[in-house]
Amino acid sequence: MLGFIVRRAMQSAVAIIGLLVLVFVLTRLTGDPAALFLPLDSSLEARQEFNRLNGFDRPIYLQFLTYLGDLARFEFGMSLRQNRPAMEVALQAFPHTLQLAVIAISLATFFAVVVGSIAAARPGGLFDRVASLVSLAGASAPDFWVAIVGVMIFAVGLDLLPTSGTGGPLYWIMPIGVLVLRPFGLLVQVVRGTMIGVLSTPYVKTARAKGVSPTVIIFKHGLRNAVLPVITVAGDLAASLVNGAVVVETIFGWPGIGKLMIDAIIQRDFAVVQSTILVTACAIFILNIAIDLAYALLDPRIRRQTT
Amino acid sequence: MNPSPILSVEGLTVDFLSDAAPLRAVDNVSFAVAPGETLCILGESGSGKSVSSSTILDILDCPPAEIVAGRIVFEGRDMGTLGPAERRDINGRRIAMIFQDPLAHLNPVYTVGWQICEVFETHGVCRGEEARRRAVELLGHVGIAEPASRMDQYPHEFSGGQRQRIMIAMAIALKPSLLIADEPTTALDVSVQAQILDLLRDLQREFGMALILITHDLEVAASMADRIVVMKAGKIVEQGPAREVFTAPQHDYTRKLMSALPAEPAAGADRRSKSERGETLLVVKGLTKTYELPKSMFGKARSLLAVEDVSFSVSQGETLGIVGESGSGKSTVARMLLRLNEPTAGQAFYRGQDIFALDPSEMLALRRKVQMVFQDPYGSMNPRMDVFTIISEPWLIHKDILPKAQWRARVAELLELVGLQPDCMGRHIHQFSGGQRQRIAIARALASDPELLVCDEAVSALDVSIQAQVIDLLADLRNRLGLSYIFITHDLPIVRHFADRIIVMRNGRIVESAPTESLFGSPKAEYTRMLLAAVPQPKWSR
Repeated sequence: MLGFIVRRAMQSAVAIIGLLVLVFVLTRLTGDPAALFLPLDSSLEARQEFNRLNGFDRPIYLQFLTYLGDLARFEFGMSLRQNRPAMEVALQAFPHTLQLAVIAISLATFFAVVVGSIAAARPGGLFDRVASLVSLAGASAPDFWVAIVGVMIFAVGLDLLPTSGTGGPLYWIMPIGVLVLRPFGLLVQVVRGTMIGVLSTPYVKTARAKGVSPTVIIFKHGLRNAVLPVITVAGDLAASLVNGAVVVETIFGWPGIGKLMIDAIIQRDFAVVQSTILVTACAIFILNIAIDLAYALLDPRIRRQTT
Repeated sequence: MNPSPILSVEGLTVDFLSDAAPLRAVDNVSFAVAPGETLCILGESGSGKSVSSSTILDILDCPPAEIVAGRIVFEGRDMGTLGPAERRDINGRRIAMIFQDPLAHLNPVYTVGWQICEVFETHGVCRGEEARRRAVELLGHVGIAEPASRMDQYPHEFSGGQRQRIMIAMAIALKPSLLIADEPTTALDVSVQAQILDLLRDLQREFGMALILITHDLEVAASMADRIVVMKAGKIVEQGPAREVFTAPQHDYTRKLMSALPAEPAAGADRRSKSERGETLLVVKGLTKTYELPKSMFGKARSLLAVEDVSFSVSQGETLGIVGESGSGKSTVARMLLRLNEPTAGQAFYRGQDIFALDPSEMLALRRKVQMVFQDPYGSMNPRMDVFTIISEPWLIHKDILPKAQWRARVAELLELVGLQPDCMGRHIHQFSGGQRQRIAIARALASDPELLVCDEAVSALDVSIQAQVIDLLADLRNRLGLSYIFITHDLPIVRHFADRIIVMRNGRIVESAPTESLFGSPKAEYTRMLLAAVPQPKWSR
């Protein structure tokens, strides 16, 4: 298993380096940072001086080599705006996003498994129809709209929840509520579909011939087999949340990494952009390895290939 | 006849709901089993035999199935009057079932130990260490070696025969009074089949279980049954003591079935070729195939010897049977001859031409003369082509065979040759039955005027009575067209009346090669004798 992890980590490293090259070049295509950082009436000399100090006047490949050298020494550059190490800025924002993502995806998965499984027990029944309707609505509703309507009703209208910001448990409710909707909707569909397939397999027939009750059949025999595709989809959804739920973080003023990344891009704060992307890329690669390991853990037929 | 049946099914009628009119799968079926008795339900695919048994256990999916009428009485209780929990309690405790494909019927993500223990836990008999101890005991009882260490393995880590033993262990865990076995040996090799049938017999004697054995295999039925129920198209056509049904069948359908039994000495005309042998068509020398296995991380590269040093020859008008169990390398031999797989070593000469040295255009010319018929006619023909397109496709590739204007007439001729109506050439494969599909596959193979037909398990997927028809057709074509055959099968009795010479293969090697009569009369190799002995013998003649 250790060999498997090392192999995956090496594959990931190649992908991350490719990503860094791409980001490095693309950020520098967005324009001259001096134009944004210095006052509008600043002189040409001042701009050149700014670029020279930050090394932006050198050829791009030299800049990149310097950047790689810095990376090797775990130096990620300074934020131009905040005048702090860029990595520090990124790592400060990341936990906010991570907490939000973990809680949202866990809740979505848990409820989707329960609802989807019950719906699959009687396809076409009343519960199945209601669940399908709700999950479809959840998967299709645009999050910015739900978020704004949520603020209108619960914060402005009823005055039950804060409109935005961070603080006590109440501050978590709306961002999580909005983030859960889409993963929940999609996952219910996945769980339901896979479970219907699993419930018609021969081994479920065997379980029925053994006298196993329907509940045990669904949640023991069925779920363990139906859960693999669910993990794949949940992993994808989690990756998109770890990436920063930009819209939700912006609407609720959540100091997460998605908001930070967008701000840094707009401000051409190159070091911060690169750092946030490095952090999220690493997180997503770790997530993918974790998913592969979960596969092996849950399905003995895959286990052999990973050991 | 049965003073106190343990189970009686009375007037059972089951429909399958579909968009059109409901389909009657089981029609007014009644039968009964006494304690300790073996009842065989014999029928071909689609005869409703599995549906009847699923109904007994209440594991039929309703919908689409609907039980229209009938009563099932088990140990004096009408099953229809029981609540779902009471009904479930009977399953696994009083009635147990084993199925055709044990790999598909075992949950792939749980250990076999867990799945056996579940029977004890579900019925509240015991759990934990006690359940584990009893499960180990059961595994040993059904003949799994080192049961304690194999408890924690998963179904995919066992062989087909072992998996069926595990299914049986699960079924007999609570000593049920009735065991239903649905085609328990159909997916297994003959020698394994014999072992499983022996095991079932022993367990039945030990526990005094009643056994309902569902099968399409006449030999299995004859070797196991006390009484036989013959089903066709959802109805019981004949029912009675095994010996009577087999020796003096009353119904037309039963008689037809029995005549298809290859082991019956009087059965059918001798299908072996009468014609004089012609010149030698094919000579194979030292054919060998090894597969390189993917190497494990630190281990050295390993290879698997699939075929080793196989030599034989086929003359014009001759039929060579290649017999072997799964993994014996028999199909690999056929695939190499058509260069679907490349051999590792060895030579093959077709009319003096070295097959393995041919360039692509010469190979194309050879493929005209050597055609193949596969096991699964549905999988080996394109479902989106109609029959005309399928049969005429060889003429599209070999342009010199036939001018396009004559295609339609020739397809009609070929269809008639294989016993199908010429007007069906516009239909698609899914509109035909299994036997008809195999006839179409043969017609396609004949389209390029071949000299040698390689049939790889060409009748194995077909029902017994259909098997006999297809073999009759092949024999007839041989006599009319002077064809030669390489007929590959796992089923020794099938080739008895068809092949001139038989090669028995095991683990990639030829263990015996002899003319058919002497192979059956005085088999030389131990393995051949074992294969012949594994063919089930009628219960009444033991």
